[in-house]
Amino acid sequence: MTTQIAELHIRRGEPGDAPREQVFNVPFEPGQSVLDALRWIRVHADPDLAFRFSCINANACKECMMQIDGKVGYACTARLVAGPMQVAPLANKALVRDLVTEIAPPEERLFR
Amino acid sequence: MRGLEGRPARDAGRCNVPFDDAASLRAKLDVPSASVQETGLLSAVPACRCPPCAAKSGKSRVMNELDCDVLVIGAGGAGMYAALSAARAGARVLLVDRGLIGRAGATVMAQMTVAVALGEECPDTPEAHLNDTLAAGRGLCDPALARLLVEDGPARIREMDAWKVGWARAEDGSHIRQAHAPGHDRPRCVYVDFLNTGPAVSRTLRTQLNPVSAVRRIGDIVITDIATHAGRATGAVGFELGSGAAVSLRAGATIIATGGLTRLYARNSASANMGGDGYALALRAGAELLDMEFVQFFPIGHLAPRLIGMDPIMWDPFRYKLGGRLLNRDGDEFSERYGREASGRYNLTRDVATYAIFKEVEAGRGSPAGGAFLSFTHVPEAELRRNFGPVIDRLAKNGIDLTRQAVEVAPIAHYHMGGVAVGPDMATRVPGLYACGEAVGGANGANRLSGNAITEALVFGEVAGRHAAAHARAQGALRVAGDAPSLSLVTGAATLCRPEGAGSRSGLASLMTRLQALMAEKVGPFRTHDKLAAALAELAAMQAELGEAPPPAAGGYDMARLDWYDLRNMLLVARCVAEAAIARKESRGAHQREDLPGMLPEWEANQVIEWRDDGLRLKRRAALQQREAA
Ligand SMILES: Cc1cc2nc3c(=O)[nH]c(=O)nc-3n(C[C@H](O)[C@H](O)[C@H](O)COP(=O)(O)OP(=O)(O)OC[C@H]3O[C@@H](n4cnc5c(N)ncnc54)[C@H](O)[C@@H]3O)c2cc1C
Ligand code: FES
Repeated sequence: MTTQIAELHIRRGEPGDAPREQVFNVPFEPGQSVLDALRWIRVHADPDLAFRFSCINANACKECMMQIDGKVGYACTARLVAGPMQVAPLANKALVRDLVTEIAPPEERLFR
Repeated sequence: MRGLEGRPARDAGRCNVPFDDAASLRAKLDVPSASVQETGLLSAVPACRCPPCAAKSGKSRVMNELDCDVLVIGAGGAGMYAALSAARAGARVLLVDRGLIGRAGATVMAQMTVAVALGEECPDTPEAHLNDTLAAGRGLCDPALARLLVEDGPARIREMDAWKVGWARAEDGSHIRQAHAPGHDRPRCVYVDFLNTGPAVSRTLRTQLNPVSAVRRIGDIVITDIATHAGRATGAVGFELGSGAAVSLRAGATIIATGGLTRLYARNSASANMGGDGYALALRAGAELLDMEFVQFFPIGHLAPRLIGMDPIMWDPFRYKLGGRLLNRDGDEFSERYGREASGRYNLTRDVATYAIFKEVEAGRGSPAGGAFLSFTHVPEAELRRNFGPVIDRLAKNGIDLTRQAVEVAPIAHYHMGGVAVGPDMATRVPGLYACGEAVGGANGANRLSGNAITEALVFGEVAGRHAAAHARAQGALRVAGDAPSLSLVTGAATLCRPEGAGSRSGLASLMTRLQALMAEKVGPFRTHDKLAAALAELAAMQAELGEAPPPAAGGYDMARLDWYDLRNMLLVARCVAEAAIARKESRGAHQREDLPGMLPEWEANQVIEWRDDGLRLKRRAALQQREAA
């Protein structure tokens, strides 16, 4: 298999911060997902990157929703491509940190 | 409901008071270490007393305390069912999960079948289901738990049917379909098409919970410890992931419904929430763990090509319906050499199939990615479409055309037979502490039949909720204010004050991957004394690396700190698995010792682990199944 490089431009920050963009170059095998890359970044580059996911493969938890190249999608089903990719938190939900937004139904939150 | 409203400690920041050594850190703790020990919090770091932190912790202490009759930890099938059943029995219930309610665990990911003696496809009895369960368990089942599973199963599954879960029915609608899964003596397994069993079960339970006002559901709550007082469980403590705020949940009875431990392994079918938290919680609180060496590997987990948006154990239903052929590199249908599988039929139990694939790979006859080929190329396309319509399209999106190519599969950590030791009322030996679902050990002995896990989750959830509610009611008058688990016990979890240098943030995510690789390599399905001894030494080194205190907080949704708390549990649970495996000097079911092949009569025994005098204690006792027979 040929290893390629995805150039992830990730929007980061906490509520109130001026959002900043950070670029990570992630090696990948064709077929891998954006979630694979985010998890790779936490192990190899920055353990503080925040994003949420549970099921990793099954596309069952629906937690990993974010904006990928401007479109809302699941990080675990979006495939990596060689070259630049834009990754940002959901625009219509309250930001928690980096790629994490408040997605739980309001009645299922501690602070509601 | 009193005390169920929380407020964020939004202004909680990081304390920069310098701590130069451990002694000065201790001096600043507001709880003596003895009482930390007493509550079972072995490595919590109590709060800083510096004035700003004291002010903040004072505030959040009031705000994040919740009170209920029954606290359910984990909102998978078992936890949701327990919450429903406790509420039915009149309890005020708090149902918390570290992820989203009903979406974070194994239940929502299950794609296959649920075993239950409904007798819809052909006559069947719970007794026949029990016989198959006990046979698969290789003499180690707790017969009372296995009996409960098979006897209450039909009521739970029919109830789900009445709640419109959508069990697949015969084309004329006359009866519920039941598939014939390996290890069962007849067609017994209900399912929801297409590969939709778990999502349907989860959705149905959520729908049932929605209108129940006695159940408050809260997601993103990571429980770090069970609180105990005078030997009784009095609730739990943890933190809210989004804010990092500590929470203290006081309860008359507490149910652990946290699922299994398969995240310990590099290749697993689990979600990120299945690191065995419940086993660690129970152990530290004083409960016993049973049969921890028995981790089930699912033989034909998807290996290659990379498949996204589908759970890696999705090939099982294909095999039920279409057979399929398991081939080695040379195109040889090797499983015949290890078991009784006839070409194109699927009747090999999981342990035998796992063994067969490992042996082929070891002999150099594996597929390129290190597994076996699974082929449906002999099945006509129309047949594939008729059985799996939408799934065939999802596969096509992944570039997989089953009419033309075989996929590669390999064993993958899937389920844990062992777990918290409970009686038929799901009570642990700690008064007020219950467990249910995959978190419980015993019902499935040394190996689980396919389909028994969801039945187990629903049946045991119902029983646990009922008994926990009764316990909370009975001891209601005994509850005293002093029982509230103190927030200071989880300040390790609060976003309040973290001494600089308390623990490192970097390296935790990679420590996690090293732990998973170690477990896969040395504590996988095929074990030897030497591999297990090496694993235990390595686990001790990893424990030292993890350290005693979590890293400094960095605000909300702090994944590095979550890694620390996860590793704290995972390393403890990994040790339990390895210690039990090195002690069991034989091969049985899912525990295969290459240096000690064959089952021995003197090992028809369960192994029980407890935490005593700062260490793990392992003891062996004759299997209940044997004692009952004698
Ligand atoms: C991919 C897959 C497919 C499967 N297919 C089948 C099948 O077809 N048939 C079958 O019978 N079985 C199947 N199983 C097994 C079965 O799904 C599980 O055994 C069963 O669903 C477990 O239910 P549970 O409620 O005990 O645990 P889970 O559903 O795993 O729920 C546990 C919950 O506890 C939460 N939790 C964990 N730790 C904490 C903590 N510290 N604080 C707060 N919350 C916590 C988790 O987030 C999770 O939501 C499958 C398993 C997997 C992984
Ligand atoms: S990780 Fe669960 S849906 Fe993406």
